[in-house]
Amino acid sequence: MSPERRTAAPHPGQEHYTAPLSETPLKDVDAFDDTSTPRSMWRQAAHSLLRDPVFIVSAILIAFILFVVAFPGVFTSQDPTAGSLANANQDPSGEHPFGTSRQGYDIFSRVIHGTRTSVIVGFFTMIGSTLIGAAIGALAGYVGGWVDEIVSRVVDVFFAIPLILGAIVIGARFQGIDSIWVVILVLSVFGWTNIARITRGAVIGVKSQEFVMASTALGAGRFSNLMRHVLPNALAPIIVTATVNLGVFIVAEATLSFLGVGLPPTVVSWGGDISTARTSLTTHPMQLMYPSIGLAVTVLSFIMLGDAVRDALDPKAKKR
Amino acid sequence: MLWYIGRRLLQIIPVFLGATLLIYLMMFSTGSDPIQAIAGEKALPPSVEAQLRAQYNLDKPILVQWFLYIVGVIQGDFGLNLSGRPIIDDIRRAFPVTAKLAIMAVIIEAIFGIVAGVIAGLKKGTWIDTTFLMLSLLVIAVPTFVIGFVAQVILGVQLKLVPVNVGNDPSFMNLLLPATVLGAVSFAYVLRLTRTSVAENVPADHVRTAKAKGLSSGALVSKHILRNSLIPVVTFIGADLGALMGGAIVTEGIFNINGVGSLLFRALQRSDSPTTVSVVTLMVIIFLISNLIVDVLYAVLDPRIRYAKK
Amino acid sequence: MSREDEKQMSTTTTTAPLLEISDLDITFSTSSGDVNAVRGASLTVYPGQTVAIVGESGSGKSTTAMSIAHLLPKNGRITGGTVRFQGEDITHQRERQIMALRGSEIGLVPQDPMSNLNPLWKVGYQIDEALRANGVKGSKQEIRQRTVQLLEEAGLPDAERRARQYPHEFSGGMRQRALIAMGLAARPSLLIADEPTSALDVTVQQQILDHLDTLTGDLGVAVLLITHDLGLAAERAQHLVVMYKGQIVESGPALEILQKPQHPYTKRLIAAAPSLASRRLSSIHQREEVAEQAQEHAAEDTDGSPAVSENIIEVRNLSKVFQLRGASPFSTTPFTAVDDVSFDLKRGTTTAIVGESGSGKSTVAQMVLKLLEPTSGEIRFDGRDIASIKSAKDILGLRRRMQPIFQNPYGTLDPMYSIFTTIEEPLRIHGIGSKKSRDQKVRELLDHVRLPAAMLRRYPNELSGGQRQRIAIARALALDPEVVVCDEAVSALDVLVQAQVLELLNDLQAELGLSYIFITHDLAVVRQIADATLVMEKGRVVEQGTTDEVFHSPQQEYTQRLLGAIPGGSIPLAGSETISEDGSQEAAPVGRPTGSHRAPAHRADG
Repeated sequence: MSPERRTAAPHPGQEHYTAPLSETPLKDVDAFDDTSTPRSMWRQAAHSLLRDPVFIVSAILIAFILFVVAFPGVFTSQDPTAGSLANANQDPSGEHPFGTSRQGYDIFSRVIHGTRTSVIVGFFTMIGSTLIGAAIGALAGYVGGWVDEIVSRVVDVFFAIPLILGAIVIGARFQGIDSIWVVILVLSVFGWTNIARITRGAVIGVKSQEFVMASTALGAGRFSNLMRHVLPNALAPIIVTATVNLGVFIVAEATLSFLGVGLPPTVVSWGGDISTARTSLTTHPMQLMYPSIGLAVTVLSFIMLGDAVRDALDPKAKKR
Repeated sequence: MLWYIGRRLLQIIPVFLGATLLIYLMMFSTGSDPIQAIAGEKALPPSVEAQLRAQYNLDKPILVQWFLYIVGVIQGDFGLNLSGRPIIDDIRRAFPVTAKLAIMAVIIEAIFGIVAGVIAGLKKGTWIDTTFLMLSLLVIAVPTFVIGFVAQVILGVQLKLVPVNVGNDPSFMNLLLPATVLGAVSFAYVLRLTRTSVAENVPADHVRTAKAKGLSSGALVSKHILRNSLIPVVTFIGADLGALMGGAIVTEGIFNINGVGSLLFRALQRSDSPTTVSVVTLMVIIFLISNLIVDVLYAVLDPRIRYAKK
Repeated sequence: MSREDEKQMSTTTTTAPLLEISDLDITFSTSSGDVNAVRGASLTVYPGQTVAIVGESGSGKSTTAMSIAHLLPKNGRITGGTVRFQGEDITHQRERQIMALRGSEIGLVPQDPMSNLNPLWKVGYQIDEALRANGVKGSKQEIRQRTVQLLEEAGLPDAERRARQYPHEFSGGMRQRALIAMGLAARPSLLIADEPTSALDVTVQQQILDHLDTLTGDLGVAVLLITHDLGLAAERAQHLVVMYKGQIVESGPALEILQKPQHPYTKRLIAAAPSLASRRLSSIHQREEVAEQAQEHAAEDTDGSPAVSENIIEVRNLSKVFQLRGASPFSTTPFTAVDDVSFDLKRGTTTAIVGESGSGKSTVAQMVLKLLEPTSGEIRFDGRDIASIKSAKDILGLRRRMQPIFQNPYGTLDPMYSIFTTIEEPLRIHGIGSKKSRDQKVRELLDHVRLPAAMLRRYPNELSGGQRQRIAIARALALDPEVVVCDEAVSALDVLVQAQVLELLNDLQAELGLSYIFITHDLAVVRQIADATLVMEKGRVVEQGTTDEVFHSPQQEYTQRLLGAIPGGSIPLAGSETISEDGSQEAAPVGRPTGSHRAPAHRADG
């Protein structure tokens, strides 16, 4: 820039102006503001969670559902497994608020007691699949290299067999065993793949962060780094996915029951009830609708919870 | 690019082998004896039994069985079903229907899911967005077969809008309702994914720069937001094909469609292991091929993937 | 007089301002309420003029600039004041009207070249788009021809071929040139340049800014330059506006502000800006004092025994070759990141390694820290070859004596750990002391880095970048190391915070007798902290010697270019206590010889 340009007289409005110090006070450089309460990332997430209407609705629903699971007797005194054909297909009445089923069971009671089955199946399947998936995904993501290639192919193999398909194939042979753990096991065996992929991605993302390298430079061992630094920071997406999975597994169980390879008929389950109510659909549609509504509300509340947790943990949504 | 495709192919082969082995192991180590299923209540004379075993390769160790099976599959021979007839015939008969059904489902789920997702993403936080979100949640929460039943009853029986049963060699119109039911859950996931993707892209730097150039909002959305947002959606649709095939069993059952899904289901009920294994293998092959196509499509859409990593 | 000056002179008395911002208020709505990002901002830009807005992060400079063409994010809006462009009030104009102005009258060159180009469209296409959107008509070929011209104008070589490429195939500097071409495509009267070169190497920065100057001068385009670098602003603009926490604290002719600053904040900025501060004799004197004390303390630790060398680290012929994936499967191409580097680190001193991106300086740091295996060469720590340190116990011992501080303050602390746990971690890993004594030590360390004890309960996400970096320093000092490797440790910090942290590092060195290896791309910072300097380019050491020698009498052309590219280097500062660019001094500094220094002997090409 030529010197003439520099020393030319300033344009109107561009003279040397200094703001009065009273209006523009100086703060200390990089001052520390200790006024708010200390909050870790989890605390902050919890804070925004409590203000999210989606969370509040789903939390209330889930609390209610858990209450039903724990104390079904509060809602109904009818035995869900007691029924006679003489009582079949009755309309709703004082004694049977939802009417009776094709086999004479009290539908309301079966809906109430079916809650426990669905929640238990969903919950334990979620635990099983998350443990398997997270371990495999963490292994692949953290170790990398050849191990990652091989483990990822194993994940691909299981991923290539759809959940329902795999469950049907194995489930068919286990028919006859009177236990809900069959379904839980079967769904866990094929339901861990998306957790594995998510965990692998999260671990890969975290392990390249500088605080992990700083830990290594401080002298921490590889395994110690994984457990103390990498996994805790990779938890967020795992938790979100696991929560949504819980809902998905409950639906899957119902589908398996519909196909005849689900829970044994002695267990009170929504899926089984929907399946038996199929033939009465045109004459007594509500026999199918009541358990369906119960199922839908339960699954909805868990998926909504998963969505709310995801929004709360989303770093882009943070304002700091 | 070729390097990329080659690498993907190399990865698919062990997955194919692994998946088929897994299926084989699941079926045949379950203890259900296909020969028993053929015989039914009667006991077979040993010579007949031995001959049957040889015919179905059951006298050989499992790994050898599997290996022979794979060799056959590559040549298009899926073996014999329990009635002694080639499974490939059953498949040939059943496949076209399911293919029509699946293709329609993909088109429906993609079009509606993407359009709804884009609208929801652009109008994030408004009532439109919330409505679409609730809708998608509902579709996921209600089991497909319930949706299927209800749709069948309301639209088919009561309103008589669509035929209740599909029958053999159905037309596209006949398959419209089943395809919609089949694609329902996938539609919900596509909607959610598109919505998130679009909502992430709207405040992106390159969108702001495009805006600063003087582009109209229409051009912004179509050229800069849409294209960037759709890539993860495309990959998802391909990967979701597996879920679609699982869902086909349910949907074909509800609407009495004689497709591959019913074939599988009947085979399971009859403990017809060869057919079961073959159908599942077929589904896995289709799944892997569609994944490969999607990966290639991804490379076509995203130039960063196309070029070898420097 | 140049053409631009003629234009300038002739329009001085008769023109109205091109852009007039009066009393502007900008508010953002966040989840924790409304935030006033900008309050009462007023500035003017005249046709053909370059005006710079200078400020640290959070000052509101970018926000102010973006609000002109209504480019604020969704949750931001103008809540007061006016923006007049070409005499018209555009503050609350409708989208359609402001859209007409964008591109054709007001252009934007944004900050981050990677994220501001759409990765899925070819570069040429994106510029074609800019032309079409602003009414330029023509066939596809005609438009493309114009695009190629624009790219050439912006200084992009081989423009026609490049236009058919994607952004990820361009280097950072090339992308920035493409963005400049895009911003100027429709010949706007005002170009808003938001930190247009912050992400680039300093030599590239100079080239691009020079080019931009010439271009805008020729076209008569006014430039509103946003920057955090005061030296750069003063060099490139005639009128300066200084912003602090959303308000304008001082404005006026650039030279006057630099030489006669009135507002305390402006004075602070000028005192802290490395490119300006580094020329002050006062900071050089300070450094000498620090070096003296540090060496004394370091000598104490070794009891002055003659057997111990005065070098705590010696690096000889260090090289690192990476194998990258090649064009065909299973083939790899070798990439030499570090080539035959040798240097010493004397106890109690600082050796700086300076280089632009790709120079290999960080790779050297990683190898010295034993976080990366060298391909060849030797690194000796206190006389012992670190390659021979293999057992876990020995490695732990080495780690105790040598610690790193990394660049990114936002990634260097585990977000799940409280500050207390973060600083305690090294003590825990090495099993030092009891719970009580560790607690005590952590508090001492926090004190050392001049942070209040109340911070211990906090988490990283509640602290600023500078505070996090100081925590990282505290953590590094927990084990009482002898050597600290600072890998771009202050590069990501605001100017004033940077000055604060540098001061802290200097003080700690004097108090504790630490030895530093200081990696940086900013040559200006080096003067304030280093005793010896290495200049690296593309993996090789290009020049080497005491900091004074390298700054005073640079032998190699590359070093001279680096020095010349320091923004603000040509601005005459007030007073006689500075060293001007050619090395001549107004007052002689205390005893530094200006004899010859070691340049790598075998290099003939320099």
